[in-house]
Amino acid sequence: MGKFFLKRILTAIVQIFVVVSIVFFSLQIMPGDPVLMMLSRDGSAVDQEAYDALEAELGLDQPVMTQYTSWLAGLVHGDLGKSYGENRPVVDAIGDRLPRTLELAVVALVLACIIGIPLGIISAVRRGGILDLLLTLISSLGNSVPVFVLGYILVLIFSLNMEMLPSSGFVPLARGLENHVLRLILPSVTLAFGVAASVLRMTRSSMLESLGSESVRPLRAKGLSKSKVYLKHVMRNMLIPVVTIIGLQLGNLIAGTVLCEAVFNWPGIATLLVDAINNRDYPLIQGCMLVLSAIFILTNMVVDLLYGLLDPRAR
Amino acid sequence: MSVLKQCVRNKKFLLSAIILIPLLFVALFGNLLISHDPLEIHATQTLAPPSQEYPMGTDEYGRCIACRLVVGIQPTMIVAFGGTIIAMAAGSLLGLLAGYTKDAIGNAIMRVVDVILCFPSILLAMLVVGLWGKGVVNLVVVVGILYTPHFCRIAYSSTRKLRKMEYVESQQLLGASTMRILLKTLLPNIVSSLIIQFSLTVSSGILLESGLSFLGLGVVPPAPSWGQMIGDARAYIALNGQYMFWPSLFLCLTILSTNLMGDALRDVLDPKLKKSF
Repeated sequence: MGKFFLKRILTAIVQIFVVVSIVFFSLQIMPGDPVLMMLSRDGSAVDQEAYDALEAELGLDQPVMTQYTSWLAGLVHGDLGKSYGENRPVVDAIGDRLPRTLELAVVALVLACIIGIPLGIISAVRRGGILDLLLTLISSLGNSVPVFVLGYILVLIFSLNMEMLPSSGFVPLARGLENHVLRLILPSVTLAFGVAASVLRMTRSSMLESLGSESVRPLRAKGLSKSKVYLKHVMRNMLIPVVTIIGLQLGNLIAGTVLCEAVFNWPGIATLLVDAINNRDYPLIQGCMLVLSAIFILTNMVVDLLYGLLDPRAR
Repeated sequence: MSVLKQCVRNKKFLLSAIILIPLLFVALFGNLLISHDPLEIHATQTLAPPSQEYPMGTDEYGRCIACRLVVGIQPTMIVAFGGTIIAMAAGSLLGLLAGYTKDAIGNAIMRVVDVILCFPSILLAMLVVGLWGKGVVNLVVVVGILYTPHFCRIAYSSTRKLRKMEYVESQQLLGASTMRILLKTLLPNIVSSLIIQFSLTVSSGILLESGLSFLGLGVVPPAPSWGQMIGDARAYIALNGQYMFWPSLFLCLTILSTNLMGDALRDVLDPKLKKSF
């Protein structure tokens, strides 16, 4: 047990290290010069002295390996360098944006579970009925409608036609709870839809599987009520695959967040990364990729660990 | 019953084929179908409603939306199919090799390939395209790299199960070369799971391409792509609903039918999974 946990945690640490190294070195071989980008946006001639001075200030005149080791040393101390474009430490810039993205993603994930799991159970219990057919249809739609299309459909309905919800933007919590929550609804529902569809499908099929298993019939035969069998015995077996699918949806959730933030002008970390890529802001790109990949890798790790806890065979 | 017969009897397969075949036809021969140049700008008739000449109206530059729609399917299909073919070729070869050779080498190959799975796919794609440059060719390569591990894992795990089978060992004893065993003996046995993964990956590829084009990181303007048209249309969502509606509809239909095709292929080719859905 302990060995399994230790091995999985060590793997995750190695993965994060490999990912940040790949990002660092791939930025070195990519075409494009950040110093030139900063000095002249339109591509006009640049004074050589100014170029050298800025290059030295940013540390870009050092050999690649020196830059790499000093970046790693900074990383250990929680220092990710200074953003070229934002003119402040990368950690601060990410610290501003990350909580907003996490808020969006967590709300969406919770919504998806609240919607997906019960509907999946209903769908499985009423297998073959009209409700089941309808839910299966909606869930296959959920996997096929891109986040940005769904987002605009919702904007069209709820903010342009019905004028119930604001179409986009972000208001900090400090400036009023109501405004904050109102602007959170559309993006999180948009993001939740696709995830809910997958959760529904998985819940349905794994519920069906555990309903059909040999352990259920004797429970009914010995006189336990239907609801008791479902809630106590079937549910427990069914949760394992559902936990896995929620974990596997995380990649989709990150992809969805990137698009969702663009649709709803949500100033999260994905928007920050897109801007950083466009500005060739290397420290900021590295920082964002580090944080997002680390979240991705660590949650996958937590899912594996949970899986190990729930199902000893997986260890 | 032959596979083809089973496919035709499957309702999901038929439905998705009815949608996909015309779409593929349009993707291949679309250039012959259009009556306007999809890049031609008319400053006098921007965001016009549908008319005889422009059945779906015009966009913010007065370009024919219907024509752009017809041409805009091409980059999506090239990226999705091209990328998936690269991924399938590279992934299944690597997976076969890793599954068949010594454990140490096989493990090493798998660990290297697994590195790609450590990245959230859209972020890696954004990074490569954003820094290396936009364009269809780069997108094909990115999709190819991103989905190689999926094929590799399938090929690897199936090969591991099969390599001690008697018919494989008999080939070894007959003196068949490794390449021959991989391609002629092992590959036919794993081809059905690869086909299922192919259709799933094509739909992921379409989603990825349209998402990147939507963000402005995909196809280079003014050449159209569905994702990019949706991205452009967002500013005019209240003015001209048509502009947003058509590319969204066709994008959803395409993804829906590829997903359906994947489901149908799984039903037909992998009967073990059938009962759960």
